[in-house]
Amino acid sequence: MKRLFSFKGGVHPSYFKELTSGQPLGRASLPKKVVIPLSQHTGKPARPVVKVGDEVKTGQLIGESDGFISLPVHSSLSGKVGDIKPWPHPLGIIVDSVIVESDGRDEWISDLPVHEDYFRLSPEEMRGIIKSAGIAGLGGAAFPTHVKLTPPENCEIDTVILNGCECEPYLTCDHRLMLEYPREILEGLKIIMQMVDADRGIVGVEANKSDAISILEREIRREPGIDLAVLKVKYPQGAEKHLVDAILRRKVPPGKLPFDVGVVVDNVGTAFAIRQAVKRGIPLVERAVTVTGSGVKQPQNLWVRLGTLLADVVSQCGGLVGNPEKIIAGGPMMGVAQYTLDVPLIKGTSGIVILSEAETPPEGDCIRCGKCIDVCPVNIMPTVIAQHVKHKDWASVRRYSPFDCMECGSCAYVCPAKIPLVQYIKWAKLEVKD
Amino acid sequence: MEEIISERLVVSVSPHIRAKENVRVIMFDVLLSLSPALVASVILFGRQALLIVSVSIFFSVASEFLWQRMWRKKITVGDLSSVVTGMLLAFVLPPSSPLWMVAIGAFVAIILGKQLFGGLGYNPFNPALVARAVLLASWPVYMTTWTRPFDGVTTASPLGIVKMKLDQELPSYLQMFLGNRAGCLGEISVLALLVGAVYLLYKKQITWHIPASYIGTVGLVCILFKRDPLLNIMAGGLILGAFFMATDMVTSPLTRKGKLAFGVGCGLLTMLIRFTGGFPEGVCYSILIMNMLTPVIDKITEPKVFGS
Repeated sequence: MKRLFSFKGGVHPSYFKELTSGQPLGRASLPKKVVIPLSQHTGKPARPVVKVGDEVKTGQLIGESDGFISLPVHSSLSGKVGDIKPWPHPLGIIVDSVIVESDGRDEWISDLPVHEDYFRLSPEEMRGIIKSAGIAGLGGAAFPTHVKLTPPENCEIDTVILNGCECEPYLTCDHRLMLEYPREILEGLKIIMQMVDADRGIVGVEANKSDAISILEREIRREPGIDLAVLKVKYPQGAEKHLVDAILRRKVPPGKLPFDVGVVVDNVGTAFAIRQAVKRGIPLVERAVTVTGSGVKQPQNLWVRLGTLLADVVSQCGGLVGNPEKIIAGGPMMGVAQYTLDVPLIKGTSGIVILSEAETPPEGDCIRCGKCIDVCPVNIMPTVIAQHVKHKDWASVRRYSPFDCMECGSCAYVCPAKIPLVQYIKWAKLEVKD
Repeated sequence: MEEIISERLVVSVSPHIRAKENVRVIMFDVLLSLSPALVASVILFGRQALLIVSVSIFFSVASEFLWQRMWRKKITVGDLSSVVTGMLLAFVLPPSSPLWMVAIGAFVAIILGKQLFGGLGYNPFNPALVARAVLLASWPVYMTTWTRPFDGVTTASPLGIVKMKLDQELPSYLQMFLGNRAGCLGEISVLALLVGAVYLLYKKQITWHIPASYIGTVGLVCILFKRDPLLNIMAGGLILGAFFMATDMVTSPLTRKGKLAFGVGCGLLTMLIRFTGGFPEGVCYSILIMNMLTPVIDKITEPKVFGS
């Protein structure tokens, strides 16, 4: 284990992790119905392979992948397909979804393809398994994992990094996963290392999770080739390029990906899901999620079946406190604000943060304090882009690298004039299509 | 599809949380950092200092309020930026300044130096220094008459003594450090200013780049040209200028590299004016000239995007 530096920039918001970090992961009781969107990942949506009225079992394929950059979806309950229709999605869009009405029995499909001796599997076989299991990046981006773990021909991967930083405020599900399932997570890491033929594995954890660090340290001791890296607590340390920078001092060039510098990064939850799929044959039908915030009565971490409506998850947690003003799917820095609780929890939903009060200060004029530039982890100039966007000077906007922005929100967080910088940059990206 | 759409739900773009700091907090921090120097000026120059500061602040705030009222604009005096301008203007005036001149200066700073350009964030020049330059041109005698603390004797400023080779006693380094010497209200006590500057750096309202490059350049030029670096650094409002005027966020560069270039430019110009110009002090004009170059400096010192 080594104490590390950090990356340049970033902010230190109040974390509120103590609302949920001390409680073990609970298990949500099964809902009466689940709404499973055919698109829960980056890439082409799945195509339905069931029709209304079909009986389905838990873990059964209900949507097949459409091409390489796509993923299948599975039923997360046993019951009957009630309907297949468009339904609101946490990203604010409307997506075709399969509605499964539960029969209350939670009967799993039989003959799960178990591989106790997963080391005998070839990388190709492993990739096939994780694609069939529908695994996407569970840190939030939901990129199809088998694609990420298929680097191009000429790329040599020497290191796999597991992201256990969980740098967003409020969220603690990854923390609990590391505390309660360290062995499974490390097995997942070894599977990934085998898939990309890397000799080295590193689990990166922020220093505010000392109990998880102790437990992981103990487990890692018997694993040659695997190290623990403790990182300074700063947002967004968990951003994959900055994780690679902080741990390995390698900077991924703009427009490129970590495999271009010989690294792949995966979330600890994804590693867990990979292990479940490869070793136990279990497809991705549930995930750990942090339900928290001033607007929910009993903040806690829960295992929730995918497709459960947020309304059902929240009622499990005691319900809402009064009439909250903000419901966020994800974390408060990069999550998506919801207009209804009737959206399903999907593969990338790492948190449900409900805030009694929304922060909506009026936008002021830029006072050129430069704080947005000081905190920007990718070294662009948010206020300069925003000013050009305000004047619709798209030629100038293009000059200032809006596409390098990862929308982490650090700039808007610190802006004393309360300028919605991320919103201006998102607008810039739409107008200046590359 | 059951819908529970609450009218209270706010659906805005991330991030959904913000830091507590707003413009007023920043300005308050600046005022706090200037208070040691304020206290020093009152100790050294008594009631007159307090009068000048009060008149300057009052007329700054009043000018802004009336202007914004007149043009039906949003009243922004609550952000305390005009209070800061008022204080800084008082700090660059001699202790024997007539109060009517102070009031005119405040009006000039706020209207000419700030509101005519669109208000806070749009002004290209440091408002307090704009006012000082106007007053210096309009009432040069008042603006260059210095009185000593405690006994009120009229003397020349330390840099004036050096430049004109006057037969007056130069204050010692210790006297300049503590403030027992002739000069403008806010520039004389280096100690008080440094205490405030440390606070401002700690609160991250200024960064080290401009003060370090400004003062460093001055020191280096002095050493190269065999002048007294300590005298030049402590005299003539350099400490006040380097930490509190040149660092004004609106009128200085956005980028870190830009700030360094800005500081070096200020240092070179200050020494040029001090050595070869008509005035013994050069801080005010050098900062104003560098303010002009800020947009250019911003353009040529863009930071390198991560990984490129």
